[in-house]
Amino acid sequence: MADKSVKIRGKVKEGVAKVKVLISHPMETGTRRSADTGELIPAKYIEEVVFTHNGNDVLTAYWGTSVSKNPYSAFIIKSAASGDKVGARWSDNTGATGANEIVMK
Amino acid sequence: MEISTTRRGFIKGLIAVGSLLVLPATLLAAMVRPKAAFDSKEIDASIKSLFGDAVVEASDKVNLKVPEIAENGAVVPITISTDIEGVESISVVIDNNPNPLSAIFNLTDAVAAEVSTRVKMGKSSPVRAMVKANGKIYFTTKEVKVTIGGCGG
Repeated sequence: MADKSVKIRGKVKEGVAKVKVLISHPMETGTRRSADTGELIPAKYIEEVVFTHNGNDVLTAYWGTSVSKNPYSAFIIKSAASGDKVGARWSDNTGATGANEIVMK
Repeated sequence: MEISTTRRGFIKGLIAVGSLLVLPATLLAAMVRPKAAFDSKEIDASIKSLFGDAVVEASDKVNLKVPEIAENGAVVPITISTDIEGVESISVVIDNNPNPLSAIFNLTDAVAAEVSTRVKMGKSSPVRAMVKANGKIYFTTKEVKVTIGGCGG
């Protein structure tokens, strides 16, 4: 499950969790040209990210090519406690995937 | 007798599988990335493809936090939140990008109606935050000035 491509921070305060997720990914649009060769750099971008709370899917993001490189996402879980798990799993247009899960303090 | 119970169990199983296959089309639609809407280069076509004939109206209940001036179009932070009840999805649309639809967040009851992301902007453009709730689309638009574009480069 642990994957260096996904960094997750989750903070529980008064029963509410603020979660921040950073994914290492180039998010190539497919319209950029290489500075060296002038050739198009093939598109490689995350299409789907599913965020989980204690193993349940709570938020699903669908993305296009215009989400920034190394995408950052933040969201709020309405009811959470210290020790709860939060996770994220992504897949891109080339079939690559990544996932991680942490225990919130 | 034993055979007949097994057969009954088998048929019950078949019925259970069958009921899974007839999920409402709308529910299924929400569970699949709307590729056509993302691929569209026309903002109106993209919104239509995404929301169908749902009523789309401007609403001050949708809060959109974006910088007025983005020095770097490659990384424009966006936060969208709303007090509207029963939010199903929150979408980001950037009018002047080659593909205007940038991101869709499908919410469940477990999360608050507040999401943050970062997007690329090729040039200055209105940014729309679109919230789907109760079969209607509520949106807020803000203009973001970009001094260095984030696409192409």
